[in-house]
Amino acid sequence: MSEQITGAQSLVTALEAAGVTDIFGIPGGAILPAYDPLMDSKIRHILVRHEQGAGHAAQGFAVATGRVGVCMATSGPGATNLVTPIADAHMDSVPMVAVTGQVGAAAIGTDAFQEADIRGITMPITKHNFLVTDPDEIPRRIAEAFHIASTGRPGPVLVDIAKSALQSMTTFEWPTELHLPGYRPVTRPHSKQIREAARLMLESRRPVLYVGGGTIRARASKELKELAELTGMPVVTTLMARGAFPDSHPQHLGMPGMHGTVAAVAALQKSDLIISLGARFDDRVTGNLDSFAPGAKVIHADIDPAEIGKNRHVDVPIVGDVREVLADLLVALRTEADAGHTGDYEGWVKFLEGVRDTYPLGYDRPADGLAPQYVIERLGQIAGPDAIYTSGVGQHQMWAAHFVGYEKPQTWINSGGLGTMGFAVPAAMGAQVGMPDKVVWAIDGDGCFQMTNQELATCAINNIPIKVAIINNESLGMVRQWQTLFYNQRYSNTDLHSKRIPDFVKLADAYGCVGLSCDSPDDVDATINKAMEINDVPVVVDFRVHRDAMVWPMVAAGTSNDDIKYARDLAPQFDEDDL
Amino acid sequence: MSRHTLSVLVEDKPGVLARIAGLFSRRGFNIESLAVGPTEHPDVSRMTIAVNVEDSPLEQVTKQLNKLVEVIKIVELDPTASVHRELVLVKVAATAETRGQILDVVQLFRANVVDVSTDAVTVQVIGNSAKIADVLKILEPFGIRELVQSGMVAIGRGSRSISERSLRPVAVPAPPAAG
Repeated sequence: MSEQITGAQSLVTALEAAGVTDIFGIPGGAILPAYDPLMDSKIRHILVRHEQGAGHAAQGFAVATGRVGVCMATSGPGATNLVTPIADAHMDSVPMVAVTGQVGAAAIGTDAFQEADIRGITMPITKHNFLVTDPDEIPRRIAEAFHIASTGRPGPVLVDIAKSALQSMTTFEWPTELHLPGYRPVTRPHSKQIREAARLMLESRRPVLYVGGGTIRARASKELKELAELTGMPVVTTLMARGAFPDSHPQHLGMPGMHGTVAAVAALQKSDLIISLGARFDDRVTGNLDSFAPGAKVIHADIDPAEIGKNRHVDVPIVGDVREVLADLLVALRTEADAGHTGDYEGWVKFLEGVRDTYPLGYDRPADGLAPQYVIERLGQIAGPDAIYTSGVGQHQMWAAHFVGYEKPQTWINSGGLGTMGFAVPAAMGAQVGMPDKVVWAIDGDGCFQMTNQELATCAINNIPIKVAIINNESLGMVRQWQTLFYNQRYSNTDLHSKRIPDFVKLADAYGCVGLSCDSPDDVDATINKAMEINDVPVVVDFRVHRDAMVWPMVAAGTSNDDIKYARDLAPQFDEDDL
Repeated sequence: MSRHTLSVLVEDKPGVLARIAGLFSRRGFNIESLAVGPTEHPDVSRMTIAVNVEDSPLEQVTKQLNKLVEVIKIVELDPTASVHRELVLVKVAATAETRGQILDVVQLFRANVVDVSTDAVTVQVIGNSAKIADVLKILEPFGIRELVQSGMVAIGRGSRSISERSLRPVAVPAPPAAG
């Protein structure tokens, strides 16, 4: 007979068996039994300062490493504080397991102290979730949670465990097989669809590889580069896919969408064939759907069949893992090439190169003051493509997406789908824990930073030496930009006064971090270099930037991508005779 | 808009009905009729869901349903190749004069009387929604005191079973190497 242990010991043993090395969390009443055996485990538990930080840290860890991120919290408010990161992970397909304590089984449903129906609350924002009241079930549910979170389209799984189950005696048995009759993700693409896709690719004259975050999750960058170079097709990478294809590559036109480059937006808009690879035709990419890429046929490859055809009619649906899809497409297209069949995209490529050269990414340098884009550009150049960059949400996020310069996958970590302000600092913490030898920069806004900066304490105490660049324009910059453009410059509730309060340098100091500040372009390099030299404690740099800088290009919300503005009141002119 | 009947095989686990109902409501679908019950497999329940929608949103909701881990299989039943049944219990006011007429209606529709009292009879009708509507239309003038109706259940015609697919387990993958 197996040894009798508590449910809590069984949980910790199960997490070890699932390969967990790091957990971000905070104890509390209902999860307390689990924290006792955790003290003796080889798993590193990082005590965060807010459960939201635990969740985003698990996300950062997961994206940076490609492994499942784990966070832990107690019942009630502990669990509800995880709701935002869980929703974020669900939108961005981040493999994550959240373990929460629940009140004792007998108390469930009685409105007990710190009781919340977290399984019910998270049903629409998890890939799956469990409530465990029987201690014997713990290993199986943990095994299922990790399997579901990490396979197919990755996502968050919540395991809510009653305190009574953690306290009861049980035996540990790690399952050798799982009974999930309704869960069978398809990863192998259908050969007929691959042949059809290859045929369309050869026939088309204006194709574009529309690369989404699924390409990063599938670790398909190598195959993507091979396909791009074999075909010569232009490539665009979405916000979630930055780094999937090198920014320095001549075929890369950058990011499409609301704040995309003119060339990337034009590549989709004027295309006759969109080859979507792990992307989902999000509204931020398509703009007004009815006028999106009117002349394009669509090949849509995604591991999630529900994404295919959800927003845009599809000509060739391919359900499968992007890496396998690309591998099969490569075989099909090489066979065609050997038979002398290759695509003719020369005119199209020339046209797009012309657009790119006419409308490059750029920004104005203010006569006095610091351009935020310049800070981010220099940061990317000095820290280089091996560093990991996280960001919050807003103007700084768009500038970070454009101006850092990504060469490698899993080096850009942001909140794309949910758009969670405050993501950067805890995500950087998680990425740094997962990748201790890498330089991790959180590029944050002053608004975002004030939502989650308590995790600087966690970083300082646990030797997690992240670097934070606050792009401080003392306002909620993206909202302010919309007020400038669409609300007659009536700046309602967007002024944060954060060049005055708080003093970020003092705040960093109070948190045991090094605080630096910079307000002149002349000091940018020296400040970044100084931050790069500090590797034993976290560094926070307050870049006090010009507050009126705006994110361009821009497609106004709800309008057509045809109406993209390169800068304010400046619409690009396409010489379509070249097409 | 047209009526569609979905047969959904689900794992018999707590919360599965909430997941499915939540998914329909979040995506803006109104469930017209819903019936849940056991099947020939002890661990599998079957839901019969009737919805009134266009074809393309139905495809999206079916795909979203399929993503639920506890949903094993979804089949849309073709109305011409399947049998649909609902059950209604209706308490009809009856006097000495009308009782005989009510019993005639019951006989005509091959319904049953399941309870009788001095001033009412309770009639059980089983059939598809058209038949039930017909019976109710004829009983209505007698005075319907109370009515309760089940969700629709439906099954495909012929010898094939939608639950034939094996419910095989999957191997637990090895945990990824640390670091």
